[in-house]
Amino acid sequence: MSPMVTLKERKNPVGYRPGAASKGARAANFAVLSVLAVIFLIPFYLIVRNALATDAEITAPGWMWFSSSPAWENISKLFSDPAVPMARSLLNSAVVAVLTTVGTLFLCATAGYGLARIPYRHANKVFYLVLATLMIPSAVTFVPSFVMVSSLGWISDFRGLIIPTLFNGFLTFLCRQFFLGFPRELEEAARMDGLGYWGAFWRIVVPNSSSFLAAIAVITFVTSWNSFLWPLVIARSPDSWTVQVALSTFLTAQTINISQLFMAAAVAILPLIFVFLFLQRFLVQGVAQTGLKG
Amino acid sequence: MAVSAEPAAPEAGTGGPAPRPPRSGRWRTTLAFWYFVGPFLAGLMIFTFIPVLWSAYLSFFEARNTVTPAAEDYVGFDNYVRMFQDDAFRDSLVTFTVFAAFVVPLTFASSLGLALMLNRVRLARAFFRSVFFLPFACSYVVASLVWKMSIFNGVRYGMANSILDLFGLEDVPWLFDPSPPWYWLVIVTLRLWIQCGFYMILFIAALQQIPEQLYEAAYVDGAKPGRQTFWHITLPQLRFSAVAVLMLILIAAYQAFDEFINLIGNQAYARPPLVYLYYTSLGTQQDLGLGSAGALILALIIAIVTLAQGKILGFGKTEER
Repeated sequence: MSPMVTLKERKNPVGYRPGAASKGARAANFAVLSVLAVIFLIPFYLIVRNALATDAEITAPGWMWFSSSPAWENISKLFSDPAVPMARSLLNSAVVAVLTTVGTLFLCATAGYGLARIPYRHANKVFYLVLATLMIPSAVTFVPSFVMVSSLGWISDFRGLIIPTLFNGFLTFLCRQFFLGFPRELEEAARMDGLGYWGAFWRIVVPNSSSFLAAIAVITFVTSWNSFLWPLVIARSPDSWTVQVALSTFLTAQTINISQLFMAAAVAILPLIFVFLFLQRFLVQGVAQTGLKG
Repeated sequence: MAVSAEPAAPEAGTGGPAPRPPRSGRWRTTLAFWYFVGPFLAGLMIFTFIPVLWSAYLSFFEARNTVTPAAEDYVGFDNYVRMFQDDAFRDSLVTFTVFAAFVVPLTFASSLGLALMLNRVRLARAFFRSVFFLPFACSYVVASLVWKMSIFNGVRYGMANSILDLFGLEDVPWLFDPSPPWYWLVIVTLRLWIQCGFYMILFIAALQQIPEQLYEAAYVDGAKPGRQTFWHITLPQLRFSAVAVLMLILIAAYQAFDEFINLIGNQAYARPPLVYLYYTSLGTQQDLGLGSAGALILALIIAIVTLAQGKILGFGKTEER
């Protein structure tokens, strides 16, 4: 029904599968994966270890696996430090990520649907215009976009952080491709019942595309939360910093101590760890979808 | 390039819209189209097309700290000439090239390797997939923090140096000494850690699209599972997605900024183009004319390389739609 890439597990232990090598080869494969998994988890371990230690413990000679008395007070220290606008920057990031996700989804889904389904004479010309923007590497446009935003007076402002990032040609392209594959009969039935394009879109198409929309929403959220170059360019004053800009400033200026820095990092990735734990299915689908259509 | 689970709907081929409505309803259709597409298109104009054109305009002016230069500040191609003669800009292109030469093949091989291993394993497959994908939740800033302050901090208590100590080796000042260039190890491993899982998911999706029958047929014909089927079935079947992944890795590499600025800052020995442009146009100089010229040169280089790569790898030919 839907062109969604599903990552279903395959299970047929027959002789011709490349995976059906000897028992020894399978065990070796498993062992290699296990070692790699441990290596991949090391950075997370280090964040937790350092966040819950004191600086003296971190810098002491000899490797410490974990602090013998976890320094939970690092959390309250971090948030009560007046020199570190941590709570404010988390709030800014949350506002930016949520509004960016909602706005992007709305604009790109409606535009993608219009391009896919409404038989306007010049629809293809408009579509080529959107495709042309995919050729412009997004990071290279930061100088021109900065020029635009500063002439609008949106520096250090939520409007500057959010609005210019909403018009994503790539997501619109993806949405168009998805809606092209949406079963036309459903919409036609809705149109028969007297709904216009707008009504059919919101009542029939959107509810039946929820897993696709959820997938791109999760991807958009993660990308927005982690984005750094654009907020760095736009958020000039400390009270408009997003959490990535704040972390980078502490890191390069070394204004706070090591354990506090790592506690800040832990706090900054926690929301996304939750997203990963609960929405991984959508995230994986979203990646599989966004990447390969590129 | 359609990697959708299903063959795309027939109209996906041309992208042509549905049958025309009767003439009387045409204005209605036009109106409907514009309230669906209009807001998006307006935003695209304001925040992509106009800025790029404006920037092109600025690149012909001596525009310091201003976005509306006066007419007498017109300098013709001076900014472009200055950029091309600028050693720092050329060095940044070299830095990028070295970076890409490491990162592109390594990311490609590791993510494909992970996908193949994951496709074979039966026990705890979902767990492994999550673990390899989890770094994607980390921003480059957070990863830079861990790499710079805990793994490769160049002092005794850093993790890398602690491991060297175990073998009785000297401490290495990973990031802070341009020769020998150990900083590449730091930069490349960081990007590998964040990105491998992402491309691994793409490869897994593609691996699962390969028809089982191909392996059956090969088995019947006496091909040995493993190396033979990999080179003659798996890899050719992955061609579309392999090309796509390669392009994505390269495009992402061009835009490398976050880890360089957080790990190294504005140091000449490892400063990719975007970091250089950032300091040119938004640093103390605020030279927006020069920065715009640099951005356009970079955009042009990226476009040429992408197109050339697409041609060489047959991206256009394999395009299904």
